[in-house]
Amino acid sequence: MQTNIPMNAPVPVRRKAGVRERKALFYGLLFTAPAVLGFILFTAGPMIASFVLSLTDYNVFKESVSFIGFDNYARLFSGQDESFYRSLGVTFYFVLLRVPACIIISFIIALLLNMNIKARALFRTIIYLPSIVPAVASAMIWMWLLNPDLGLINMMLKWLHLPTSDWIFSEKSVIPSIVLTTLWGIGGTVIIFLAGLSGIPKQYYEAVDVDGGGWYHKLRHITIPMVTPTIFFNAVMTIISSFQVFNEAYILTQGGPNDKSLFFVFYLWRTAFRDTEMGYASALAWVLFVIILAFTFLVFRSSKSWVHYEGGGPS
Amino acid sequence: MRESRLKLGAGYVALGLISLLFIIPFIWLIRSSLMDLSQIFVMPPEWIPHPFHWDNYKRALTSLPFGTYFVNTLVIVASVMIGTVLTSTISAFGFSRIRWKGRDAVFAVLLSSMMLPGAVTLIPSFLGWKELGFYDTYYPLIVPSFFGGGIFNIFLLRQFYMSIPKDFDEAAVVDGAGYFQIYWRIILPLSRSAVIVVALFTFLGTWNDFMGPLIYLKSDSRFTLALGLQMFQGSYSAQWDLLMAASAVVILPCVLIFLLGQRYFLEGITLTGLKG
Repeated sequence: MQTNIPMNAPVPVRRKAGVRERKALFYGLLFTAPAVLGFILFTAGPMIASFVLSLTDYNVFKESVSFIGFDNYARLFSGQDESFYRSLGVTFYFVLLRVPACIIISFIIALLLNMNIKARALFRTIIYLPSIVPAVASAMIWMWLLNPDLGLINMMLKWLHLPTSDWIFSEKSVIPSIVLTTLWGIGGTVIIFLAGLSGIPKQYYEAVDVDGGGWYHKLRHITIPMVTPTIFFNAVMTIISSFQVFNEAYILTQGGPNDKSLFFVFYLWRTAFRDTEMGYASALAWVLFVIILAFTFLVFRSSKSWVHYEGGGPS
Repeated sequence: MRESRLKLGAGYVALGLISLLFIIPFIWLIRSSLMDLSQIFVMPPEWIPHPFHWDNYKRALTSLPFGTYFVNTLVIVASVMIGTVLTSTISAFGFSRIRWKGRDAVFAVLLSSMMLPGAVTLIPSFLGWKELGFYDTYYPLIVPSFFGGGIFNIFLLRQFYMSIPKDFDEAAVVDGAGYFQIYWRIILPLSRSAVIVVALFTFLGTWNDFMGPLIYLKSDSRFTLALGLQMFQGSYSAQWDLLMAASAVVILPCVLIFLLGQRYFLEGITLTGLKG
């Protein structure tokens, strides 16, 4: 027996390995088939279709569809479409305001929660809770809170003899007000920061204690460098979601006042579903796609210089 | 790390104030929902309703067919949850517990779609469903969940599955189990908490979805709660008592689900965030 195996082994083993490999491939494809099919049917397919549509003048109410090459894109950037530039400006303003505010505030809250406090679970629950409130309900609550005449916020400001604001009803304050309403839902970002913070080894802080460094030293030289991967993750996620804001624009302002909150995706929705210009709206969608891609790419590129990975990764 | 008592005290005060800011909108919502209009507008603001106007809830819920909206939402949510849990666990299994050629490349391609703005696929998807005759039905909202249930969920489950020791499968293979048995009898029971995370996130995501129903549903009788609430606001814009009552009802299931599954939520967010 023992002498037989080495002589016969190579042939059956190789064939067996091939069979096993093929079986694994078959089952691998079978198990992942729903996800792969879903990707083709609901992501890749529509993406290509969207690009093809963007090269047509497809309009629901028009009988014929014709290819017009890049005319839609030319029309976008020709300067005729003021709403396009308006929506770009509004969206960039929102992203520029919201992303830093969201990152800084949730980081500070996470720092506080990471202290050696007793009621952490309670505070954490309270801060996370608003992020699960449905967008429509959250919009209702904020519309009521920000009501210029009868809302709680202006009432409080009046009571404290502070200047009041028209919030979402004034051209100037509409975007900052919407940023404010979205900050109520930063609980998820806080929790991710908290996870990042709790992963920092305690010895690092003890080393600073030995050297006689204070809290500022700890924050500047340990905490912040150590959570840069988490900051990076949160920044990418917040940028992507901020560019796609829709619900707030639809429910709170309908793009108003005077198009001052005409968010890009709201404009896209309006073009596609109110004006039924599907071809033109698809071009809008692709512009947004390229912008988000470019921003994500920039953040990834810049991350090499400021994100520190432990264990000899890029730093 | 030990903090000084002064610093700890300051931390409590800061957290207390922040928590107050986060919770005031809820308190304002509840108190407004239980007042009559004359008390709602009193200046300076009053916090305790007197008397409690419980009938606001009855009036709000009967002024629009909220019962129908509730059933509609439940039908969609339940279907999406079944589709997502079923197909995301199967797909995640195929991406983590079976070693096949090209697996990681395929997964990377799928994962890249997480960065894709939903707006890009919106219009062709809409036109496609419409062409198939499914405009104003629940199919466009439900069917995609039976195709993997979203790459985010697959990613989360895959992370979890990869942490399960390989010995478990090998022992089962020795016993003559195939991949389906391993999935059903070993991996699924071991990943109960991850599956609960996926189910909870799916519940919230579907319950809260606004854009999907807005685009695909046309008849009032098919509306979801989110859509109904928005319509309610259109027709009762100054009736803050009723608006707040209706909002509270739409929020309540989410809060209950969250409080019941809080442990899983926090685990789930941490699981996805750490691997960023």
